[in-house]
Amino acid sequence: MKPTEQQMKEMLRTMLTIRGFEQTACALYMDNWESGNFLGALHSYEGQEAVATGACACLRDDDYVFSTHRGHGHFIAKGGDVKAMFAELLGKEAGCSRGRGGSMHMFDPEKGLMGGNGIVGGGIPLALGPAFAANYRGTDQVTVSFFGEGASSQGVFHESLNLAALWDLPLIFVCENNRYAVGTPVSQGISVPNVSVRAAGYGCPGVTVDGDDPVAVYEAVSEAVAHARAGNGPSLVEAVTHRYSTHCMVMQEGREQSELDEMNEHDPIPRFEQYLQENGIISADEVQALKGEVSQLIEEAVAFGEDAPFPDPATVADGLWVS
Amino acid sequence: MGQITYAAALNRALAEAMREDPKVVVLGEDIGALGGIFTVTQGLLEEFGPARVFETPLSEACYVGCGTGLALCGWRPVVELMFTDFLMVAMDQVCNQAAKLRYMTGGQAKLPMTLRAPIGARNSAAAQHSQSPQAWFAHTPGLRVVMPATPADALGLLASAIECDDPVLVLEHKSHYGDKGPVPEGRHRVPLGKAEVKRSGKDVTIVGCSRMTLLALEAAEQLAAEGIEAEVVDLRSLNPLDREAIVGSVSRTRRAVVVDEGVLDFGITAEIAALVHGELFDELLAPVVRVGAVHAPIPFSPPLERAAVPQVADIVAAVRRCLGKKPADI
Ligand SMILES: Cc1ncc(C[n+]2csc(CCOP(=O)(O)OP(=O)(O)O)c2C)c(N)n1
Ligand SMILES: [Mg+2]
Repeated sequence: MKPTEQQMKEMLRTMLTIRGFEQTACALYMDNWESGNFLGALHSYEGQEAVATGACACLRDDDYVFSTHRGHGHFIAKGGDVKAMFAELLGKEAGCSRGRGGSMHMFDPEKGLMGGNGIVGGGIPLALGPAFAANYRGTDQVTVSFFGEGASSQGVFHESLNLAALWDLPLIFVCENNRYAVGTPVSQGISVPNVSVRAAGYGCPGVTVDGDDPVAVYEAVSEAVAHARAGNGPSLVEAVTHRYSTHCMVMQEGREQSELDEMNEHDPIPRFEQYLQENGIISADEVQALKGEVSQLIEEAVAFGEDAPFPDPATVADGLWVS
Repeated sequence: MGQITYAAALNRALAEAMREDPKVVVLGEDIGALGGIFTVTQGLLEEFGPARVFETPLSEACYVGCGTGLALCGWRPVVELMFTDFLMVAMDQVCNQAAKLRYMTGGQAKLPMTLRAPIGARNSAAAQHSQSPQAWFAHTPGLRVVMPATPADALGLLASAIECDDPVLVLEHKSHYGDKGPVPEGRHRVPLGKAEVKRSGKDVTIVGCSRMTLLALEAAEQLAAEGIEAEVVDLRSLNPLDREAIVGSVSRTRRAVVVDEGVLDFGITAEIAALVHGELFDELLAPVVRVGAVHAPIPFSPPLERAAVPQVADIVAAVRRCLGKKPADI
């Protein structure tokens, strides 16, 4: 299935929002870092916008998403509140995890955002839960589990594919293959060239798509979603993409300069803009207007985050238990 | 004695062990070209090649198991975990396999494996990258646990760990990697199971390990200014625990404060407090005072993170309490 024109315009907005969020977040991180304040590990999603955007555009509000350490894009694409995200990044009480979580642990169950994760692979089996529940209750909700190609080396990835396929769970495994796990290139981390071939071993469909093209991601994921909603079980969609920044702030870059120089060619945003304009879906003026709206949103959200108060240190041990 | 960083000291221990014994191999994530995320394995790939520096996929249970298997057949693997928090992914391999194999096979198996893992709350790394779970591992029979606080101890303890025929977990503190300190030029070993008095004093003993030793030393410095002479005992090893050193020091000072970065409840400090109370009940001038982390995951937000784990001021306050000073006297 192709996205509608209206959907595609929204997808561009989402991609621009993610890009704007990440660039602002990284600048904010550096400002803090330079003045001796550390904001934990921030893993930028810049360059991978098309994956979260294309995949989440296939989802309804009542579908679930399990995210990763590199999760800001998933959060925005599934409708997370950008204000609460900035507040969280800065460790403020108004953050989406009340400042307790930070960049890797944003959570908004109302939006089906079931959390990022600091443990690579740790979120994959969690996604089995809502998928199982949907089956059991007979709803047609689906769950998306995002993870990197590095995570596909973890045992839980394999165990979860097996269980999901065995029980026909409405689960879409979306592997974002950005070709590196920290400094380990995919060729040194995985015994096969493409993660998608792993699906065959568990008897479920697996495809590899261009993860820099939100339409290609949408097409593959919407097919997987339809398959899952119809009760036919899980799919594995591998989106091959590119990570623009270093693994995380403020880590050193391990990749060759020549490789980094090529990154612009893969930039999903100008490419999508061009596609939309060439096909008469959006005008140059509309793109400009969209960009203006996005920067205003980001500006307001950062200001909200910066102005918000820190949690009271006296509350440090609160919130462990329900009662 | 030259001054080198904690990370460089660990690196030296690894390189020296690899030069001395061809059976020493290292494995872990990004330990080759990148040199480990805390730079501890820098240069090893260049010097020893990929046959002895195995860069593993992202799969802790798998490569900790691989290390255990290597040890079982006579190799001396040193396995690096990026963060101690990820060791939990490999808990079965550590606690059910490596720690139990020797005893469970009637002493036939030998497991000369070293696990290295960074602990500690630092720079708002949040709940899954900040833990100090030493009590879990010290609670596991069959696993030795050491926690160097200084570059010299890092070198000496890691060297001893690699030579030890039992599995040893070396818990390194993330805050220490860049710290410089004096390190002996030649061969240097710190025996496993031996604490060290890092400062002498007559009024109170502060027992700690890893980063808490350094904070205890700072606290002792502050206390000295108000005329309180604190002795600082750095445990260095948790298992085996140097009970003699602890009891020896407290029998002189007759007061003890115990500090650990792990969660206070059911933690290391309870073990030591029980030991001191059991051995020295009649001599003690005050009950042992314990300082540890709050009973909560380590929060992200900087002011909360600071509030979650012991700070110098907490140790100073604990010492004053142990000396019977009321807040009004302070
Ligand atoms: C269990 C575990 N092991 C190691 C790490 C350290 N780590 C964080 S991200 C990462 C690489 C993940 O690679 P991938 O899954 O491809 O995701 P990417 O970072 O490329 O988005 C590693 C090794 C971790 N957080 N959790
Ligand atoms: Mg990756």
